[in-house]
Formats: sequence, structure tokens, C-alpha cells
Amino acid sequence: MTINPDLSIQFSPLHRLQWEEAQQKYVILYPEGMVELNQSSAEILKLCDGAHKPAQIVKALESKFETSGLSNDIHNFLNIALQNGWIKQD
Amino acid sequence: MAGSNKTNPTPPRWLLAELSYKCPLQCPYCSNPLDYAKYPDELSTEDWKRVLSEARKMGAVQLGFSGGEPLTRQDLVELVRYARELGYYSNLITSGYGLTEEKIVELKQAGLDHIQVSIQASSQELNDHIAGTATYQHKQQVARLVKKHGYPMVLCVVIHRENIHQMPEILQMAENLGADYLELANTQYYGWAHLNRDALLPTKEQFEEAEKIAQAYKEKVAGKMRIYYVVPDFYEDRPKACMNGWGTTFLTIAPDGTALPCHSARELPGLDCPNVKDYSISEIWNDSKTFNFFRGTEWMREPCKSCDEKHKDFGGCRCQAFLFNGDMYSTDPVCGKSPDRYRIDAAIASARELALSGTEKPLVFRNSKNSKQLC
Repeated sequence: MTINPDLSIQFSPLHRLQWEEAQQKYVILYPEGMVELNQSSAEILKLCDGAHKPAQIVKALESKFETSGLSNDIHNFLNIALQNGWIKQD
Repeated sequence: MAGSNKTNPTPPRWLLAELSYKCPLQCPYCSNPLDYAKYPDELSTEDWKRVLSEARKMGAVQLGFSGGEPLTRQDLVELVRYARELGYYSNLITSGYGLTEEKIVELKQAGLDHIQVSIQASSQELNDHIAGTATYQHKQQVARLVKKHGYPMVLCVVIHRENIHQMPEILQMAENLGADYLELANTQYYGWAHLNRDALLPTKEQFEEAEKIAQAYKEKVAGKMRIYYVVPDFYEDRPKACMNGWGTTFLTIAPDGTALPCHSARELPGLDCPNVKDYSISEIWNDSKTFNFFRGTEWMREPCKSCDEKHKDFGGCRCQAFLFNGDMYSTDPVCGKSPDRYRIDAAIASARELALSGTEKPLVFRNSKNSKQLC
């Protein structure tokens, strides 16, 4: 199961992505569990909104952080997120 | 105070709200205390809201509405809605008894995140026997409705000697019902399960066979259904890291407002568990004698004290140490380093003898009549 470059990515309806004030970080919540996210992971997941394809996520983040060469890191993370069921592609 | 802790404790992350001890089921492995009938009082809606609000402010985010049967509370939808507004990720831990489609929709609209339905066995006869109530058909229906309305569906099956032979059928049933998560919870022997241990504890061979089947199935359904396998610690050589360490992560509030570091802690002597009617959650978590009792490692004795694994398992479970050794400061008897390990081995041998001879002890079902007679 790997990311399809031609499809947009949605955040899983069976999980919740949320900012935690007490922890000062984003977390993913799901039955019996919680994953704490670092800033870059959270930025990627926030763009998994059903409107962005993988390349568009890369572009948006490279533009936001005024950098380049993020594609590999972002794709690696997206594949992990897909395998964990945090995101999906229809 | 046994364990003092000068540094600030980590804040609670998980809140278990036991809304009521009332339950239409009578499962003989119930984790409620044997003497639950002594505590018929229940917190008011306003008290619960204050508890939710204060715990959330400290950082609690995972919330379980439990019991007894939480559906017996008339204000459940109101509490679910309030929890959602506060930003909790909330879970209804239910027998499914009395859960209608209308209620499932109403709870979803109020912001409930998921529903965990318990099923006692894969066959109607055994399910209804263990539950002490005819519930099998309804539970299957509830599981389908939970799924239909877009909740992650979590099926929980408590495993013990009476149903462990059904492992293949239980797995198949979960898959057929479309469970997103299957919790295979080997019975933990506290409360009513402790009382019924001789009749409930499977033999080592049964455990190993069932675990092999479950692990193989895990691979088969990878990506579709996640299986949580709660290990049977009696057959382990090291204790579980109970509650992720005392007073580090988990906060349980009993129906009458008693605050507990774990849902069994009420059984421990001399803890003087505080009540949310008298103190704020912050005072209870940070300052109470109860929550500081086994925090950190200062309370430990040998062999825990000098053990290089003490930060891994925190000495194991205090309730298990008390139930078996009569001493809540001692090492969890499950541990191979514990001088009390023989007590676990004796319990295993006793249950095994009964299992192999076929002379089953009758189960003591969890109900108010038995609770009053026993305590």
C-alpha cells in the first residue's frame, strides 16, 4: 500500500487531528490511542483535506516554508501515514 | 505517604468516567469492585461537567464513558455533548443493552467519537450464559448500527476458559461485523474475576493455542481490522507496566465521585481515595495522598528497588500484589524475580486441575444480590 500520485489525500474519518493546548502540539486521536506529532508531520496532515494531491502538498509546503527538496521526506511520511490508516485515497 | 514525589507529576491524559455501577448484565469477570452495591450514590450532571472540565484543562484528552452500563444515565447525551465542546476524544464503553438506532444517531450528533461494544462469545448460548442476560442478538444488531452510522467500531471480547475455544469463531464474527478494532482482552483477575478465577483461568496450552490463532489472524486482516491483544500476565515472566505507572497517565472517577489511579484501586487498604465532591481534579492529581502513594520508585522494596527494569514496569500492579501477597508494596507476583511467584503458579495449578478434571466450579455472577452477600 503506497501513495498514488494521481489521487487527492483525505484525512481518515476514523481518526481525529487536533491541536492540544496542554501539550502544545498536534495529536492524532483514535480508539485506545493517541499519536503526538512534530510540527512538520502536522503541517503535512493538515493538507490532507481531500483537495490536495501529493505533489500539491509538496508545493504548498515548499512555498510556505520558502524551501525546496521536501518531496522525499513528505512522500516517506505520507506512506507511513497511509499504512497507519491516518489518511486515505479514494 | 509511601512514595513522595517532589517534582511535578505528568498531567492526566486518559479519563475513565464510570457513570454508574448499574448494569443489566452480570458478567462474572466484571472489573467493578465486589462491594459495588455499597456505593449506590451517583454524581450529578453538574459534578460530572466540572470533572470533565477540570481534567480537560490539565490535559486529559482520551475519555471513556463506562460503568456499569453508562447508558443507564439519563444525561449521557448531555455529557457527551459537553465533552465534545471541551475537545475530548470520547468513547462509549457499553454492553449495547438498550442502545437503539435513534440513540446511536443522537450520540453521534452530540459528538461521540467511538463506541466499544462488548460481546461475550461467538455463540448465542454462551454469550447469554456469561452475560447472565439474553443479549446476543441485540449486540450483533448494535455492532452493525454503530458501523452504519460511521463510528469506528470497536468490538471487545473478554477471553477466559469458557470461551477461549471459540477464538477462530470470535475472529470470524468480528470480521463479519466489520469491526475496525477488535480487543481480545484476556481476563485480568481483579474484582469479580478474582473471585471466579478457578473457573475462568485457561490452561497454558489453551492460552498458547488461542494466541497463535489470534496472531495469525492479525496478519490476515492487517490494514482492515486492528487487533489489540491484551496479554494474560499470569503466563508471562515479567509484570505489566500497570496503568503506565501510578498517577502518570490514567484517572478513573467512580460513580460516587471517588477518584482512583486505576479502576481496581478501591480494593487497596488505607489509600483514603479522595472524592471529586471535596477536591478539584488538580488537587486530587497533584497533591492527594492517594495519587502520590506509588508515584515514582521511592516506595519500592526488593527485588524491585535494585532492579534494572523498574522504570519499564514500575513494579507491576499494586492490586495484584495486594490480592496475592496481602502486601501492596511487594513486587507483582507475576514477576519471575518475585519471591511470591509461587502464588501465581499455585493459582494456575488450581485452575488447571479443575479444568482437566471437568469439575467446574459454578460462576458467581456480578449482581447486587451477590455483592451484598459477599461484602
